[in-house]
Amino acid sequence: MPSATINPTRMELTRLKGRLRTAVRGHKLLKDKRDELMKQFLEIVRRNRQLRAKVEQGLEKANAAFTVASAIMSPQMLEQALLYPKQSVELDMKLKNVMSVNVPVYDFHTRNDDPAEIYPYGFAQTSGELDAALEALSDVFRDMLELAEVEKTMQLLAADIEKTRRRVNALEYVMIPDFQQKIRYISMKLDENERGNITRLMKVKEMVLQDAHDFQPPAS
Amino acid sequence: MYKIAVMGDRDSVLGFKALGLDVYFVEEADEARHTLHRLAREDYAIIYITEQLSAKIPADIAKYKTEVTPAVILIPGKSGSLGLGAQALQSAIERAVGADIA
Repeated sequence: MPSATINPTRMELTRLKGRLRTAVRGHKLLKDKRDELMKQFLEIVRRNRQLRAKVEQGLEKANAAFTVASAIMSPQMLEQALLYPKQSVELDMKLKNVMSVNVPVYDFHTRNDDPAEIYPYGFAQTSGELDAALEALSDVFRDMLELAEVEKTMQLLAADIEKTRRRVNALEYVMIPDFQQKIRYISMKLDENERGNITRLMKVKEMVLQDAHDFQPPAS
Repeated sequence: MYKIAVMGDRDSVLGFKALGLDVYFVEEADEARHTLHRLAREDYAIIYITEQLSAKIPADIAKYKTEVTPAVILIPGKSGSLGLGAQALQSAIERAVGADIA
């Protein structure tokens, strides 16, 4: 339904045709963007599933070992053992552009490269289970970091796909049909005006000729 | 330079301290909300939070879904996985695709 306020003029028609062209092109581009985003998204989702399963399994193992350790050691001892970490982690973040969505890429380095550095305590007063728990944790940590990257990417992509999908649909089902209808309405109106004009001219010609020399129109 | 934080109850997250992550012992919803927003304002790029704790403040976590930092990631706590992480994945898919695909 064309809105009530359009002027059936040639200028308006040209303007609308231009907008329709832009809308169709935008629609095509956004559709391509959506399809490509979706492809990337599904890959990310697959990777995310794998990683999450792996991380949850790893953490379960670490937690089990930790529970045992905390059963053997007193809470105070445990706390004391872990109070001052020798290791520290620094995180670098870069942004990667995936179809104009900025997603993070993490890169971390530890202050100490020695894998034994994760044990911030002497071995004399702690139980072996604590060592096992920490080892399990540090094993799973790399995957946890990748999980964070993948999961954030997934969230950002999901938000952007939703946005793009809405735009594509709005163009396809609202904007483009609306323009087409308006263009149709204007060109019909212009044609009608044109026909009205021709009849008027014919009538005027008849009258002028009659005035000039009593011309009689051929009987029809 | 960015940092990594871990939030959760004491027994679940104590071990991460040894890895050199910043650990915050939080158990109450109010405190969790407060800590989460404070950490998000500071330069933490990743915040791991136990599923048990996250279940208490879902709206606050959802807030950071569309921000680049921080990434709020659910991890299972000491009592095992609640399946919330997998659920979040599912809802993201639903959001993107517009329908529930298996």
